[in-house]
Amino acid sequence: MKLATLAFLPALLGACSYQHYQSVFGNAGTDDHQFLTLFAIFMAVCTVMYVAVIAFLIVGILRRRRAGEANVVETGRHHRAHPLMRAGLIGWGAVVSIGLMALAITSFFTDRSMAQSAAHPRLSITVTGNQWWWDAVYNSADASQTLHTANELHIPVGVPTRIILRSNDVIHSFWLPSLAGKQDLIPGRETDISIVPKKTGIYRGQCAEYCGAQHANMAFVVNVDNYPDFINWWRQQLQPAPAPATPLAQAGFDYIAQHQCSMCHNIAGTPVGGQVGPDLTHFASRRTLAAGTLPMSVGNLHDWIADPQSVKPGTKMPKIPMEETDLRAVVAYLETLK
Amino acid sequence: MIERAWGDGNYDREADEERLAKERRTISRDGPKLTGAKLEARLARTWARPPGFLGWLATVDHKEIGRRYIVTALVFLALGGVLALLMRLQLALPESGLISAARFNELFTMHGSTMMFLFAVPVMEGVAVYIIPLMLGTRATGFPRLNSFSYYMYLFGGLLLWVAFALNIGPDIGWFAYVPLSGPEFSPGKRADIWAQMITFTEVSALAAAVVLVCTILKTRAPGMTLARMPLFAWAMLVTSVMIILAMPSIALCSSMLISDRLVGTQFYNSFEHGDALLWQHLFWFFGHPEVYIIFLPATGFVSVITETFCRRPVFAYPVVVLALISTGILAFGLWVHHMFATGLPRVGYSFYTAASMSVAIPTGLQIFCWLATMWDGRPRFQVPMLYVVGFIVTFVIGGLTGVMVAAVPLDLQLHDTYFVVAHFHYVLIGGAVFPLLGILTYWFPKITGRMMSETLGKIGFWMIFLGFQLTFFPMHWSGLLGMPRRVYTYPAGLGLELPNLLSSIGAFVVAMAVLLFVLNGLWSYFRGAPAPPNPWGASTLEWATPSPPPDYNFAHIPVVESRTPLWDTKDKLPVVTGLRVDDKELLLTTVVAAAPDLREPVPEPSLWPFIAACATGILFVASIFSPWAIVFGAIPTAIAMAAWFWPSQVKRHPEPVIG
Repeated sequence: MKLATLAFLPALLGACSYQHYQSVFGNAGTDDHQFLTLFAIFMAVCTVMYVAVIAFLIVGILRRRRAGEANVVETGRHHRAHPLMRAGLIGWGAVVSIGLMALAITSFFTDRSMAQSAAHPRLSITVTGNQWWWDAVYNSADASQTLHTANELHIPVGVPTRIILRSNDVIHSFWLPSLAGKQDLIPGRETDISIVPKKTGIYRGQCAEYCGAQHANMAFVVNVDNYPDFINWWRQQLQPAPAPATPLAQAGFDYIAQHQCSMCHNIAGTPVGGQVGPDLTHFASRRTLAAGTLPMSVGNLHDWIADPQSVKPGTKMPKIPMEETDLRAVVAYLETLK
Repeated sequence: MIERAWGDGNYDREADEERLAKERRTISRDGPKLTGAKLEARLARTWARPPGFLGWLATVDHKEIGRRYIVTALVFLALGGVLALLMRLQLALPESGLISAARFNELFTMHGSTMMFLFAVPVMEGVAVYIIPLMLGTRATGFPRLNSFSYYMYLFGGLLLWVAFALNIGPDIGWFAYVPLSGPEFSPGKRADIWAQMITFTEVSALAAAVVLVCTILKTRAPGMTLARMPLFAWAMLVTSVMIILAMPSIALCSSMLISDRLVGTQFYNSFEHGDALLWQHLFWFFGHPEVYIIFLPATGFVSVITETFCRRPVFAYPVVVLALISTGILAFGLWVHHMFATGLPRVGYSFYTAASMSVAIPTGLQIFCWLATMWDGRPRFQVPMLYVVGFIVTFVIGGLTGVMVAAVPLDLQLHDTYFVVAHFHYVLIGGAVFPLLGILTYWFPKITGRMMSETLGKIGFWMIFLGFQLTFFPMHWSGLLGMPRRVYTYPAGLGLELPNLLSSIGAFVVAMAVLLFVLNGLWSYFRGAPAPPNPWGASTLEWATPSPPPDYNFAHIPVVESRTPLWDTKDKLPVVTGLRVDDKELLLTTVVAAAPDLREPVPEPSLWPFIAACATGILFVASIFSPWAIVFGAIPTAIAMAAWFWPSQVKRHPEPVIG
C-alpha cells in the first residue's frame, strides 16, 4: 500500500512546477511559512504512525501462515491475552498519547507565535464581502488619504498589515493561501486577519466559505510590492479619475453618468457616486474583471458589460440593453480609468 | 425464580411466596406445552404478518423494517453517488461549462444531505434494527410500532427531498445550510424550507429508531448476556443510539429556528435584529460533529464482528474496545468548535478544542490496535468481509491522521473548507464507514436472504472500490493544498489543479463501477447464489443460532448465554429458556446489567396506525413549509392517529396459555 510520504511526493514535485499563485506552498507570508513548518512536523509524525500501523497489519497478515489448521477457533485463550500484546497495547496507548500531546503543544505555540507576528500592524485595510466581490478601504485617520478600491489589493512587502473583515450579506471567507490562512467575514461581526508578506509577487485569493451561486467566482488579487512601488501606487490611486480625453470616452462617461451604471458604481471626482457596486475610479489598473472571473482586457470588458449574466450567472450586475455604439463608448471610457 | 439480592431486612419470603402462589392460581395456569415442529408451526402462526398489502404496511417485524431501511438507504446511496459523478464530470476539466453554477450548488447540497441524512445514519440503524434482536437472542425489538413509524418518517423525508429536487425546487444551500445564506433574505423561495423539513423528518425518524435500539439492547438481551458479554456491535449501537438521542435535539432546535425565521418572521439568526449568524454554526456542529461518530461507531462494531469471526478468536481486549466506544461517544460532544476555527472566536479558547479533537485519536488508535492484535494473534481468513476490514484500516487511518492535522488551528486555517478537508472526511466516512458496511452486508447477506454472495465478484468489487477510492480521493489532498476551495462549481486553469481533478474524476467512475458490481452481485446472489449453510462464516454470535433467513419469531427457544462467544463455546448444545407463551407474542425481558430474566412482556400486534400517524405527521411537516397554520391544523389528524395507535386493545382471555 502507499506510504503517505511517497504518495505526497508527486504532489510536492507537482507543486514546485507552479508559481504558487494560489497555493499553501507559496511561502510568501510569515503565517504561511509557519504553516509549512508545522505541516512538515505533522506530516513526519503522522507518517511514522501510519507506517507503524501498516507494518503491524502486514506482520499480522504474514503471521497467519504459521498455523496449519486455519479454521480452529481459539476460545479457551481469550481471557488470557498474549503478554506481548498487553504490553503492546499499553505502549501503543502511551505512544499515541505522547505523540498527540507533543503535536498539540507544537500547534499551540505556532498559533501563539502567529498571533504575535503581526501584533503591531502598520497598515489597516477594511475588506467587506459582498455577493460576489470584495470591497476594500485603506483606512487612514486623514479622510483625504482614505483609499477606496475593490477586488485587488496592494500591500508593501515586510509591512505587517491588518485586514479588518466585514460582510454586507452572507458569510464569506478571506483566503490568501500563499500568504496566510483564512478568516471568515460574518455579517454583524467584525473579524480580522494579519498578514506579513515576505516575498513580492502577485497572489490570488478566493472566498472559501460557500456564499451562494457564484461562490466559485469570488476571487481577488493581492500584489505584494516593494515599499516605493506601493507608495507610487497609493499616490496614483488617491487621484480622482482622469477626465475623458477623447470624444468616444466622453460619450462613454456621459452614458454612465446618465444611466443605471451610476446607481451602483462610484467614480471619484465625477458625479457618478453609487455605493452598491465595486468602485471604478481606477478600474482599468486592476488585473481582473468581476472579482477574478475574467482577465482584464477590452474584449472581456465588452462581453462583461454586454451581458454580465452570461459571464457570471447570478451576479448582481444586471444586463442593461445598450446600443453597440454606447457599449463601445463605455468600454473606451472605462479603459482610461488607470 | 430469582433471588432478591437487594431485599431489605424485613422481607418475609414465606408470605411473599404464598401471595405469589395464590396469584398464580387465580390468574392463570399453564396450558399445553409444545415442542419440536408443533412449536415452530404454532410460533409461525402467532408471529405471522397479516396478509395483503395492508399487512405489508402494518408490519412491526424488525427484520422486515430493517430490510426496508437497508434497501431504501442503498437506493439513496446510489442516487447520492450519481450526483457525485455529475459533480466529478463538471470538475474533470477547468472552466467547464457542462453544469451551471446554480445546478452544481444543488448537486453538492443534495449529495451531502442525501449521504449524511438519508444514507449513512439510516443504513446503520437499518442494519442494527435487523440484526440486533437476532444477535441478542430475542424475538422483537422494543417498541416495534415506533420502529415502523420511524421507517415511514425516514422514507417520507427522503421522498420530500428528492421529489423537490426532481421538481427543480431542491435545496441549494449546502448540507450545512449556514445562515444567513439559508435565511429568508438570501434564499427566497422554498428550497431552504424543503431542506429544513427534510431534516425534521430524519430527526424524528432517527430519534425513534435510537429509542427502539436503546430499549432493545438494554432490556431484551437473552438471559445471561450480561453487559460484559454483549457483542461489540451491540455496544457500538448502544453508544451510537444514546449519541443520537443527545445530538438530534440540537439540530431539531436550529432547523426549527430557521423555519420560524423564514416562515413567521422571528429573528434568531438576523444580526441586524440582535440575532446571531454564529448561533446556527454552534447548534449545527453540536449535532454535526457527533453525527460523524454516529456514522463511524456502528462501523467499528462491524469491524469487530468481522475481525472476530475471520480471525477465529475473540477481539483482543474487549473492555478496552468498549471503553474506547464510550469515550469516543463522550468526546464527540466536546469538539464541535473545530469546525469554526475560521470564524474569529477567541483564539486561546480554540486550543481546548484542538486538544479535545486530537484526544479522539487515542480511543480510536486503541481500537485499531485491538483489531490488529486480534489479527496478529489469530488466524485470519481473507474472505471478502475481511478484505474490507483490511481496506478499512489502510484507508481510515489516513483519514484519522489528516483529522489530527486539521484539528490544529494553524493547519486548519489553511486547510479548512478546501479539498484537503473533502479528502479527509471521505477517507473517514467511506474508508471508515462504507468499507465496513460493504463488508458487513456481504457477511450478513446469507443471514438476510439465505444465500451466499459470490466470492469472486466480491473480491473483484473490493479491489475496484479500494483502488478507485484511492484514485478519487488521494489527489484531493493535493488539490486542496494547491488552493482549491470546497463547493466551487469551477476552477481556473493554470493553478495546477487540472491533473488532480482529472484523476479524481476518473477514480469516481471506477468507484461507481465497483458499487454497480456490488449491487449486481447482490441481485444475482439473491436469486442464484449458493444456499447458505447455518453458520457460513463459523461465527460466534447468536444471530447464527437460527435458520437463515430467520423465521418470523426469530428463535424457537430464547437462548441462554454463558460467555461472550456462545456459539463457539457451546457448539450445538446452546441452552435455552422454556416457558414463554407461543399462542401470543411475548418477549422475555431481562435486567439491564446482569440480564437476569425479569418480565414476560406482550409484543404489540401489527398496526396500520404508525403508518397513518407518519402520514399525518408528514402532511403537517410538508404543509408547514407553506403556512405556519399547518402546525395548528395538522396537529389534529396527528393527534387522532397517535391516540388510535395507543388505544388500549381488548385484553384477550387465554385461560390456558400455550407455552413453548
